[in-house]
Amino acid sequence: MSQRETVLGKIRRGLASAKTAEARRDAVAQRLGQHPANTVPARGHVGQQARLDLFAKMAGKVSATVERVASASDLPETVAEYLRARNLPSDLRMGADRRLADLPWEKVPQLEVKHGPSDGRDHVGLSHAFGGAAETGTLFLLSGPDNPTTLNFLPDHHVVVVRASDIVGDYETLWNRLREHSGDDVLPRTVNLITGPSRSADIEQTLLLGAHGPRALHILIVEDA
Amino acid sequence: MSAPFLSQAFKENAVDALANVELQRALGHVERGFIQKRQKAVDALPEFDALRHEARAIKDHTLSHLDLYLEAFEGKARQAGAEVHWAETAADAREAVLSICRRVGAKTVTKGKSMISEEIGLNAFLEKSEIKPIETDLGEYIIQLRGEPPSHIIAPAVHVNRDQVEADFRRVHTHLDPKRDLADPVSLLSEARATLRDMFLAADVGITGANFLVAETGSSVIVTNEGNGDLTQILPRVHIVLASIEKVVPTLEDVSTLLRVLARSATGQELSVYTTFSTGRRRPGDEDGPEETHVILLDNGRSEMLANEFREMLRCIRCGACMNHCPIYHAIGGHAYGATYVGPMGAVLAPGLFGLENTANLPNASTFCGRCESVCPVEIPLPKLMRHWREREYERHLKPAAERNGLRIWAFLARRPKLYRLATRIGLKALHPFGRRRGRFSSLPLAGGWTGHRDMPAPAKTSFIDQWKARS
Amino acid sequence: MSPENTEHTTASKPRVGLFATCLVDLFRPQVGFAAIKLIEASGCCVEVPENQTCCGQPAYNSGDRSDAAAIAKQVIAIFEDYDYVVVPSGSCAAMIARHYPELFDDAYWARRAMALSAKTYELTAFLYDVMGVRDVEAAFAGNVTYHDACSGLRELNVRDQPRELLKTVDGLAFTELKDADVCCGFGGTFCVKYPEISNAIVTKKTAAIAGSEADTLVAGDLGCLMNMAGKLQREGKHVHARHVAEVLAGMADSPAIGEAE
Ligand code: SF4
Repeated sequence: MSQRETVLGKIRRGLASAKTAEARRDAVAQRLGQHPANTVPARGHVGQQARLDLFAKMAGKVSATVERVASASDLPETVAEYLRARNLPSDLRMGADRRLADLPWEKVPQLEVKHGPSDGRDHVGLSHAFGGAAETGTLFLLSGPDNPTTLNFLPDHHVVVVRASDIVGDYETLWNRLREHSGDDVLPRTVNLITGPSRSADIEQTLLLGAHGPRALHILIVEDA
Repeated sequence: MSAPFLSQAFKENAVDALANVELQRALGHVERGFIQKRQKAVDALPEFDALRHEARAIKDHTLSHLDLYLEAFEGKARQAGAEVHWAETAADAREAVLSICRRVGAKTVTKGKSMISEEIGLNAFLEKSEIKPIETDLGEYIIQLRGEPPSHIIAPAVHVNRDQVEADFRRVHTHLDPKRDLADPVSLLSEARATLRDMFLAADVGITGANFLVAETGSSVIVTNEGNGDLTQILPRVHIVLASIEKVVPTLEDVSTLLRVLARSATGQELSVYTTFSTGRRRPGDEDGPEETHVILLDNGRSEMLANEFREMLRCIRCGACMNHCPIYHAIGGHAYGATYVGPMGAVLAPGLFGLENTANLPNASTFCGRCESVCPVEIPLPKLMRHWREREYERHLKPAAERNGLRIWAFLARRPKLYRLATRIGLKALHPFGRRRGRFSSLPLAGGWTGHRDMPAPAKTSFIDQWKARS
Repeated sequence: MSPENTEHTTASKPRVGLFATCLVDLFRPQVGFAAIKLIEASGCCVEVPENQTCCGQPAYNSGDRSDAAAIAKQVIAIFEDYDYVVVPSGSCAAMIARHYPELFDDAYWARRAMALSAKTYELTAFLYDVMGVRDVEAAFAGNVTYHDACSGLRELNVRDQPRELLKTVDGLAFTELKDADVCCGFGGTFCVKYPEISNAIVTKKTAAIAGSEADTLVAGDLGCLMNMAGKLQREGKHVHARHVAEVLAGMADSPAIGEAE
């Protein structure tokens, strides 16, 4: 007998359920098919402006920095300014996301924009988030050529663009949007929920930023139509 | 591998731990920090109690349909390109890991924090097979350098002080300037970061645990604050997920509920910094991420717990709140338990995984104060489950004879009110004259356990019942 | 006393069976008398069945289920005819109210256990929650701090009731104890099976007590009180320990726990 059959057999015997096999299968199929929401914290259920404020507040609490940008076309200058203000070299790396690639980077000719995944030698990674959940100031990022996952973790500074309209109250809303986005089948290889920059409290429970991932997380909220 | 039989020396371990000044200083951080942080996070979320009830219900529902959810998970994970392996025992899981590592010619593997890896003793096994495991969670890295098992399920190096970390780094990182300044904890962190960064990039295989498996999507979920679990899985060519079978939950909604109670209970964070859903392997067109993903589903005694009075323990989401709030853990730390899993959750889980005869002290070393149960995010009745182990121990005659006999005599009397009255009358008569003058004893035959550390109030001259009878 | 619950006229006074607990019976009879005084003053008549012994908790917590069940049956038979069973101990009350129903698989005894469970109360919870007592007629000159014994607190929600009542004692100053809800390290047989661990825990407790500047420690469980009193005395810390019933009943003039006559 394969290990699979052994383990599943032990589980089935252990359960010795009173319910019929059919009733059990139905219960499971229903739950998976309908994926009902459980209690969702009310704090995110507020109007658009209050939601953005909540997102910024929660992200700020975990040491992310948040900046609002009036229009996407301002992003290149905003990013360049971020680098300048922190005395960072004038280069960054990003994926193939059109929402980033199509920006007027020519406005900041001094900035070198590299493309593709990071090999660990970049100072700044630029990503576009799928969305944000205001309840905890959490960003959702999807893997793929548009936003390679290595950009989220290897550079010291992670700059993430998120559209104001993609900032929702809670995780459930984003899962539903993701289900629509990916079709019904599978999630991208990696979905990163990111809440603040990397940290560790493993030495005497003292919180230190920048353990293995970025030391700084800068979020740019683009006000769109 | 932390040898489970170390639990047999629990009493001696505890005495040593109490005398260990460094350890006692470190334990102060648990007692103060974790409790306050959790309370603050709980107070900030009005729905917390409702979420706890739901978290419990989600786990109960999943456990009672565990076979079906595992099959659903397996189907979805395969569809996304993962290979799913089943392992009945710790040895089976170790072999599964080894054969993957061998096939891809792995020399070094990086590891995200995984309690399953500790449970199956993976590091020692890999080393014997000439594969170098490198722990990348800062706490795990520190204890790996020290050759110790974790002393806490979410803060594995909580027993280690800063000075000790500095000494360990100086001892092991010999390629660095011996005169470097490591006084600031930040410099220790930077040194670990730089050292491990090279290892992440060089590793052939990355092994992580899983906090959850999602049946709906075939995803495994890890939560970390450092980002090490992510570097572990996206940089090497092969990603292996070690997960025990009870980690599966139905849907993304369900995992969201559990995540909301997990971080708050564990560290008092609203959410951990990195919550990562990994589904299968790198997709066509992807430029990073693992080319191969394996998920190993480990049973190792859990299917038996599913069938008996310990099923509720399988709800555990490994948040550590029970040990953070445990007076025993505060007193002696994790290592004294001598088992992979420590504190109240360990006292219930360890006998199930490593045998009651090896671990009988663990469920006994509890005052049943109930603080663990009151903070458990999935409402596991930990004292009740510890009591069930004591029942099994009693049934199997594993208890020391003196204890067993003492209890039996007391129970024998308690069931015979007339005899009880007579016996206690005699006892009071005999004892009272000795204790009356001071009102207490500072030593008493057969009561050294008590009077070794504190005085014993003297009993009454006449029992309450006899006094009451005399009055009415 | 001013029981707000005035429906209990003399004719229909509830009949309360007092389960004194073995520790009160053998070590501190005045707690039993104090409890009787308080329950009577709240408008009940009290009886003390003389064939009571122990609630069975030592056996139960040591894994001896069958002896625990046998003792439970005896307690059920003795007490089930009363309107209420009142216990001056959170842990023995919880044993009856929370754990007896778990002891029986057969429906007959399970039903009887449930019925007893539903009318069994820890003393201060009974006074406050059932009888509506909101103040007591007692005086106590001293600064009192209160330790929440674990079972009462977490199994029976005894927390505010003793505090509210203590605050109505004339002359009593009340100080909250730091970490009042943390175990004292007693744990029944635990304290003799793992004496060093128990000692470490009670040492933290007595430090908190000494740091509170109270001169009297009050709690609702005699086992915990004996543990803390014994440690305070061994350490030479001059804090007196008393059961909450003694203070509430104005019967705190006898020597405190472990003190000479
Ligand atoms: S038993 Fe409960 S409190 Fe303890 S680790 Fe598991 S989930 Fe957390």
